[in-house]
Amino acid sequence: MDTENSTALQLKKKAKKPKGKITTFFVSLYNIHKFILRFFKEAFMPPFEFKEIVRQCYEVGVRSFTLISLTGFIVGLIFTKQSRPSLGQFGATSWLPSLVSIAIMRALAPLVTALIAAGKVGSSIGAELGSMRVTEQIDAMEVSGTKPFKFLVCTRVLATTLTVPILATYTGFIAILGGYVNVATNEGTSYSTYMQQVFDPLSFTDFTASLIKSVVFGFTIGIVGSYQGYYSTKGTEGVGKAANGAVVTAMFLIFIEEIVIVQITSWFR
Amino acid sequence: MDKPKAPIDYNNAVITIKGLEKSFDDYDVLRGIDLELYQGENLVVLGRSGTGKSVLIKIISGLLHSDKGVITVLGQDINKISDKEMQELRIRIGFSFQNSALYDSMTVRQNLEFPLVRNRKGITRKEIDDAVESVLDAVGLSQTINQMPSELSGGQRKRIGIARTLILNPEIMLYDEPTAGLDPITCIEINELINEVQQKYKTSSIIITHDMTCAKQTGDRIAMLLDGQFQREGTFDEVFDTMDERVKPFFDYNFIQ
Repeated sequence: MDTENSTALQLKKKAKKPKGKITTFFVSLYNIHKFILRFFKEAFMPPFEFKEIVRQCYEVGVRSFTLISLTGFIVGLIFTKQSRPSLGQFGATSWLPSLVSIAIMRALAPLVTALIAAGKVGSSIGAELGSMRVTEQIDAMEVSGTKPFKFLVCTRVLATTLTVPILATYTGFIAILGGYVNVATNEGTSYSTYMQQVFDPLSFTDFTASLIKSVVFGFTIGIVGSYQGYYSTKGTEGVGKAANGAVVTAMFLIFIEEIVIVQITSWFR
Repeated sequence: MDKPKAPIDYNNAVITIKGLEKSFDDYDVLRGIDLELYQGENLVVLGRSGTGKSVLIKIISGLLHSDKGVITVLGQDINKISDKEMQELRIRIGFSFQNSALYDSMTVRQNLEFPLVRNRKGITRKEIDDAVESVLDAVGLSQTINQMPSELSGGQRKRIGIARTLILNPEIMLYDEPTAGLDPITCIEINELINEVQQKYKTSSIIITHDMTCAKQTGDRIAMLLDGQFQREGTFDEVFDTMDERVKPFFDYNFIQ
């Protein structure tokens, strides 16, 4: 393994010594910080792995597409259904499309997409890289003159960063369609009227914030999954831990990022 | 079975190691290793599990860093060269992993093409196909070209692993436990393949093993690693013609097995 890799592994080993949880936490933070810096250093330096990035984007999209379609539709449908009684008390059911669009585009679409991608894609990246680490495939790549970090990590992180925003936009539209099914069934609203009411309250800031959020979520999913897998140890047990750690850590970070980004975007509204 | 004689150039050391030390946490694995591998030679490093045999070849290939010592590979001090130079040097060293380390998401063909496509810019499709056919032929597994690694037996995986390293025409081969986990007949086939590789590709090799049959069949020279140092060195008979209590049981136990 290369110098930075072995340094990180050695630091990780040291962290396991009984030095206390605080030390372990800060050593992990240091390792993740180095991992992220290394990503930026290697991802944007030639030669670029365009072919592998496209392949990974396809993998990320395909892996999540069905689940995201289903979840997006159900989220839109259920959200509209559950919101109706509350709005109905004020005779404001005509506001449903606006409420649905704001809730979905501002929060639900990026969040739901990110959580599904963390579960499907993040765990898969963690397990795949973890398995490659413990079966020495990463070492084999390195001794055959290929930079495994660039080929395996950078491509996956770029793929999730690029694909999650596309998936989130798609989820948004599917969820809005789900809302339409409910509204059309109960109020008999036409498709064009519904769509007009959906897009009227949305501003450019809403779309931009949603997109930025998805980019951050995608990056988090890729980097956490890759980090867990790339530094996986302890054989098959380690692979399981890497997959599990990728999902749990990514989901935790996604919620933290959601709070921070919502706070920041509220300053621009 | 006698090993076919390969010409060894004792004036040309392709690997020279002086005073190599390596420890993990508080455990000293290698405690001052001195070693020379000559052009065309098969050197077998014998030793019990956990004595640092694999660590030694991982240091030579740059997968691990030494704590102390000078390691010169093909005329370059690997502790002093840049990352780019190390990458270029690695292409000249073949590494056969204990568990073959085949890329399990790729077919045999893709496994073999991978190092070639990534290291030989501008290579044509025909050149790739020819090289793949040539190495598959060398390891006698042409029929597996479209199979996935999971469909191969342990012996076949070892052979494909060796073929993948041969495709870059390495000058040095490092074998990590080439016969581990294989049945005795497949072990002999792998040993023969190691000798054929030495003859055909004119490689110099370090073979890490604790299999005495492998050592006897493939080794021009044997080095016995004990307590982090080479305790005995020489031909197979020279190494085991001893009453050394640390070496003798190793020999006896293997052949009783």
